[in-house]
Amino acid sequence: MEHLNIFIKAIFIENMIFAYFLGMCSYLAISKTVKSAIGLGLAVTFVLSISVPTCYLLEKYILKAGALQWLSSDLAAIDLSFLSFIMFIATIASIVQLVEMIIEKYAPALYSSLGIFLPLIAVNCSILGGALFMQEREYATLGEASVFGLGSGVGWFLAIVALSAIREKLRYSNVPAPLRGLGITFILTGLMAIAFMSFMGISL
Amino acid sequence: MSKETTAAPAKEKIPKEPLFSAKNKRLLYDPLNDNNPITVQVLGICSALAVTVKMKPAIVMALAVMVVCAFSNLIISLIRNIIPNRIRIIVQLTVVAAMVIIVDQFLKAFVFDVSKQLSVFVGLIITNCIIMGRLEAFAMANKPWPSFLDGIGNGLGYGIILVIVSIVRELLGSGALMGFQIIPESLYKMGYFNNSLIIMPPMALIIVGIIIWIQRSRNQKLIESK
Repeated sequence: MEHLNIFIKAIFIENMIFAYFLGMCSYLAISKTVKSAIGLGLAVTFVLSISVPTCYLLEKYILKAGALQWLSSDLAAIDLSFLSFIMFIATIASIVQLVEMIIEKYAPALYSSLGIFLPLIAVNCSILGGALFMQEREYATLGEASVFGLGSGVGWFLAIVALSAIREKLRYSNVPAPLRGLGITFILTGLMAIAFMSFMGISL
Repeated sequence: MSKETTAAPAKEKIPKEPLFSAKNKRLLYDPLNDNNPITVQVLGICSALAVTVKMKPAIVMALAVMVVCAFSNLIISLIRNIIPNRIRIIVQLTVVAAMVIIVDQFLKAFVFDVSKQLSVFVGLIITNCIIMGRLEAFAMANKPWPSFLDGIGNGLGYGIILVIVSIVRELLGSGALMGFQIIPESLYKMGYFNNSLIIMPPMALIIVGIIIWIQRSRNQKLIESK
């Protein structure tokens, strides 16, 4: 039950885009068509659900204060948490590289549909954001951390697909020229985020 | 991402000293308007919106981004010729992450309350697209000094939007600026209320949308084609 709560919360209430604005850059840039939005959304979900548990293990067994106790009791006093940024980003960058190579080898069809999006993900703020939120909220088990990663990914996926669907329809409407493109997309995202705020009342 | 060539002519006359030639000055001023990282290049929006409820964290964040952007541009530009092309993203991320750790420790030591308010967003400067974007688009191909200026310019351009958004949000949302009450007590007695909607995260997006609208109607060449 606890896991389901975290999952639902990560998708709707603490949605990466509408509550924290993480991964906005690629969200705005790649939401012009539904097809590419789905590709990027899948890739982000995939990488988030792998990288958050990995960072959790890293945090628990290497970085936290006293985490090195499993190596030897002399190391119990060491606190490496100031290194977490550099460790997390290095992990994420290498996971993205690894995932890219694995998909290229075993699922060429998926690779060609994700294409250029995979390398872009290393610098998508939502991935590092997921890892840092996991660290800040101190999830108790590996299961909780993985469910949180998957949930945030699904939330991001939903958000980008929804926006791209709206933008495809928007092509037929007459937007004032200075607002065209970027401006109206910002306002749209704001309105969608207001709509998502209605989930905030739900307590899980 | 728009190229450096879309720049408008610089307003300043060419000074004698070579360090601030017209070209270098343009690197500083361009990102403030014609090539603004947020409203034109669409970079670094992620953190721009979440830290703008109050003016103080917004200013601290803007300074932090400016410092990281300038110095990582400088460092990458210094070593640009010896970075192997295939792993350049990891090299860039490592340099940026090291800079961010320094800034983060500095903030924790001197302005702890602001650093608590910014929470994960200081860490997220690492993946702030402004920094990666400028490294890729500028520092990898230019000499250290112009790269440094470019970093400062883009940091300023980012900061200016952050400050505008946070002024609107703090003034209308809490009736204060930098924590000082601006809207007088008597107005509240007459029935004035703070607009609590504007403190909510979505309003930041709408305010940036309106800023883009105003900027583009003043600056027609930025308008996107249909």
